[in-house]
Amino acid sequence: MMTVIVRSVQAVGSGAMRAVVSVGRSGYLAVDAARALRRIHFWGPHLLPQMARVGVESVPIALFIASFTGIVLALQASYTFTGAMPLYFVGTLVGKTMVLELGPVLTGLALSGRVGANIAAELGTMRVTEQIDALETLAYDPVAYLVVPRVVAGAIMFPVVVMLANAIGIVAGWATALALLDMSSQEFQKGLQIFFRPWDVQFSMIKAVTFGVTVTAVGCSFGYHCRGGAEGVGRATTNTVVVATMILLALDAFWAAVLL
Amino acid sequence: MVNIHKGFDGKQVLKGFTLTIPDGETVSIIGGSGSGKSVALKHIVGLLRPDEGDVWIDGENVSRLDRESIFQLRRNIGYVFQFAALFDSMTIASNVGMGLRRVPGMTSDAIAARVEECLHLVDLEGYGERKPSELSGGQRKRVGLARAIATKPKYLLYDEPTTGLDPVTSAVIDALMVRMGDELGATGVVVTHDMKSAFRISDRIAMLYDGRIRFVGTPAEVRETEDPLVKGFIEGRPDLMESAR
Repeated sequence: MMTVIVRSVQAVGSGAMRAVVSVGRSGYLAVDAARALRRIHFWGPHLLPQMARVGVESVPIALFIASFTGIVLALQASYTFTGAMPLYFVGTLVGKTMVLELGPVLTGLALSGRVGANIAAELGTMRVTEQIDALETLAYDPVAYLVVPRVVAGAIMFPVVVMLANAIGIVAGWATALALLDMSSQEFQKGLQIFFRPWDVQFSMIKAVTFGVTVTAVGCSFGYHCRGGAEGVGRATTNTVVVATMILLALDAFWAAVLL
Repeated sequence: MVNIHKGFDGKQVLKGFTLTIPDGETVSIIGGSGSGKSVALKHIVGLLRPDEGDVWIDGENVSRLDRESIFQLRRNIGYVFQFAALFDSMTIASNVGMGLRRVPGMTSDAIAARVEECLHLVDLEGYGERKPSELSGGQRKRVGLARAIATKPKYLLYDEPTTGLDPVTSAVIDALMVRMGDELGATGVVVTHDMKSAFRISDRIAMLYDGRIRFVGTPAEVRETEDPLVKGFIEGRPDLMESAR
């Protein structure tokens, strides 16, 4: 019995130690990345390709999710409001929910899988096949060359993708209201505008920027510090999705508490 | 390299590793798998920093250099990785030209010309537009060698350059290494456990055992040594090595 308890305590302890080491490494990487920002000749030429990979290639999945979310929001709002509130509040709920919450969060979660896992797998493979060491021996700063363009691309492109997702979600909700809820376009627009504040869009963008930095930075950190061959790459990829998701949701609550 | 100590996760790999490599010589470091040969090599180029001890190159202590100074130093060092470590998203020409793009004043025409020259030197002319995945293991190693020599470095470091290759390809790689050393006048450090290769290419051979250099000598001295550990290793006789432990 004692052995089981001791082993459990040891397992928890070593897990905690690994977590502390991982946070420490990520901290060092963040400092290195901040310093590497000034080495624009390393990362500048790679920014556009990374923006295309992080942003443009993520648009289809983001729009797919946003359009179905808009449809469901409109239908559920109608189901909830019928008989209790004027139906134009469907427009209010779809607009507010997409812009303030579901647009940024669902896009962030989807992209933590698509973008974060992709970055972790790519950098992890480069690490275990010594390509990152090779960069160093060729006098390249691997942080400036690999990490900075990905994180900067995330910070720039996540807001763009989220903005598109918000718009498509609202349009999908609008179309659903017209086609299935017996609402007029004017009613939907009235609901959309009635509680609209420009700050809502700014709030959405602030969240998107922090989500973009989080997803790409977590992917970079797990990939960059990957060890142990194919198994290590797999672990880095899984950890990226799990940790990025957790941070994203925590950030979501943080911004709601601080900014709303 | 003076009194290098290095450990990982509580396991001590180097325990007072000391080795002097004179300019222009090619020194092979031999030793069993996992003995720390590659770890020692990575200290020379600053990929690893010692827990204790110093690495001196051209009067500079590599283990104490800041990042910028290490980048400067690395421009004089070519490193050939065990599995070539080619950038798989790039063409062969881009791989070979990577180091050249860091050389101040190199125009794209000059880079392209030097890349062609290097690919010719390793008998891979015409392969520039291929991707690493389209090459065999031996060809990838030759590209790794071409990439390492592209900047005409003063020092060439080779990590297991012939491991996993057939005897004929190994001999080709050995000949290339000797040729590169002669043409560039470079100082070479080769990590290997391929004794045929070590005897062919080395001016001196150093054996690493238990984290320290056990023996250093010319190939002839290595062949004649009575040290049972060295003799056992080069002759592939574990019984002899066991008796010396």
